[in-house]
Amino acid sequence: MTDTSYAPPTQSRGLKIALRWGLYLMLGVFAVWYLLPLFVMLTTSLKSLEEIRTGSLIALPREVTFDAWRTAWSGACTGIQCEGLQPYFWNSVMLAVPAVMISTVLGAMNGYVVAQWQFRGANIIFALMLFGCFIPFQVVLLPMARTLGILNIAGSIPGLIFVHVVYGIGFTTLFFRNYYVTIPAELTKAAKIDGAGFFRIFWSIFLPLSLPIIVVTVIWQFTQIWNDFLFGVSFSQAGTQPITVALNNIVNSTTGVKAYNVDMAAAIIAALPTLLVYVVAGKYFIRGLTAGSVKG
Amino acid sequence: MQWLERHVPKLVLAPSFIAALLFVYGFIGWTAWVSFTRSRLLPNYDLVGTIQYERLFASPRWEVALNNLFVFGVLFIGVAMLLGLLLAIFLDQKIRTEGVLRTIYLYPMALSLIVTGTAWKWMLNPGLGLESMVRGWGFETFSFTWITDPDMAIYTVVIAGVWQASGFVMALFLAGLRSVDGEIIKAAQVDGIPTHRIYTAIIIPSMAPIFLSAFIVLSHLAIKSFDLVIALTGGGPGYATDLPATYMYAMAFSRGDIGQAASSAMIMMMIVFAIVVPYLYSELRAKHD
Repeated sequence: MTDTSYAPPTQSRGLKIALRWGLYLMLGVFAVWYLLPLFVMLTTSLKSLEEIRTGSLIALPREVTFDAWRTAWSGACTGIQCEGLQPYFWNSVMLAVPAVMISTVLGAMNGYVVAQWQFRGANIIFALMLFGCFIPFQVVLLPMARTLGILNIAGSIPGLIFVHVVYGIGFTTLFFRNYYVTIPAELTKAAKIDGAGFFRIFWSIFLPLSLPIIVVTVIWQFTQIWNDFLFGVSFSQAGTQPITVALNNIVNSTTGVKAYNVDMAAAIIAALPTLLVYVVAGKYFIRGLTAGSVKG
Repeated sequence: MQWLERHVPKLVLAPSFIAALLFVYGFIGWTAWVSFTRSRLLPNYDLVGTIQYERLFASPRWEVALNNLFVFGVLFIGVAMLLGLLLAIFLDQKIRTEGVLRTIYLYPMALSLIVTGTAWKWMLNPGLGLESMVRGWGFETFSFTWITDPDMAIYTVVIAGVWQASGFVMALFLAGLRSVDGEIIKAAQVDGIPTHRIYTAIIIPSMAPIFLSAFIVLSHLAIKSFDLVIALTGGGPGYATDLPATYMYAMAFSRGDIGQAASSAMIMMMIVFAIVVPYLYSELRAKHD
């Protein structure tokens, strides 16, 4: 065999080209399928209700109007209140930012201990914490609702932050642990001999190396918390609801005419922050997904 | 000081560990206990045996929920795996626009299931959505009313779920395909083995661990999926698309039936454990060997 192209000898050139075209066609069809909902959301949000009723689902808007966006942001009704998504958007921000920060810091410290400061029983503790990632959260909803009541943070944003931190630590610890395990233990040993303590070693050796895993963890946690619905709908009340709950309320609100364009604008607003993160830092997003699944 | 220095690592880990003990294991214990009581609107701690589980399995709504979980789980996992694998193999053929296509296939994973549900609910709307679009193309009798049909509505949840998760499976498989030893593939190509045989006989069998992780993640998603049903069908028409997760939620927060909520949550947990525990066990064993 001197053929260097490794082509199976049975395929003719014409067949190869046809296969290639077929391949690109299939890939294109799937790309359309994945993009269609986003495209439909966007075009619907820019149409007037009149045009939605008379036109086709996938037609471009004849007359672009941003009325639906304005209503979705500041006028749509979520039940009896009609303030749009705006207050709930800020609720989600106020909830996600501290929850992401706290769970990331705790995960970093925990991961550092489990990976570099092994003591007897540390692995069992880690396994027990990791296990918490797998439970269906339905099994903790009822006692958590009561606990939040006892702690006097039921239906509040601090209450939701608390819940997200508690059930986020397992994953953040896993991320940091898997990252710090790859750093040679000799480094810690040498620093110890030089007289550096636990926090000093973390601060001056581990933290400077941690940027990639911090990015992965922050993105993962932010996406999880921003997109959460179950905790949001179970542990919030009117006024403290996160954006996903408000979006669902707007869509299912029965007051007035069904405004599909407003629903779609609201859905895009709710999706924008995580979409933006995905577009800007997709590489880290995927790394978190695969790290969280392959090892988690 | 010496003592403190020596115990710092334990002290750092302690709060998280205590939180896990309390809020994971303690809470599971609480729910398990309450599932054996007569609790209704308020919890009651007198154990009365398996009465809640008997009520649960006598409930037609729970039966629908379990059936739906089975139908949804099998189709969602099966189709997402198949589609993910197919797309990964397609993308592995030295495609020039791979980066762009990957980004397009995976972006739904960044969306909230509430957003996904809202978008698909609109598209599947019989009056104005895909149905009327196809009719507008001249197929006057075209009918696509699954979302309002109690027998078909669960399949719309499958469609939206697959749309959301298949790109992620693709990413997993693509990473797996890329990690297969290139030398073996080259050797097979030199021997004139056709491409499809290389895939079915060499590459796919070597990706068994990835099939397993994809399966675990997807089944986990399927059992927990609550948001998607709420946003897409609201569990309806009637309770035709109820899943155990929505059943539990309805019992806990709108029906005021804590006993039923607790027992259904426990069944959900057992289903998850039946899938996840053997996996974790094999993972941990593999590491020790």
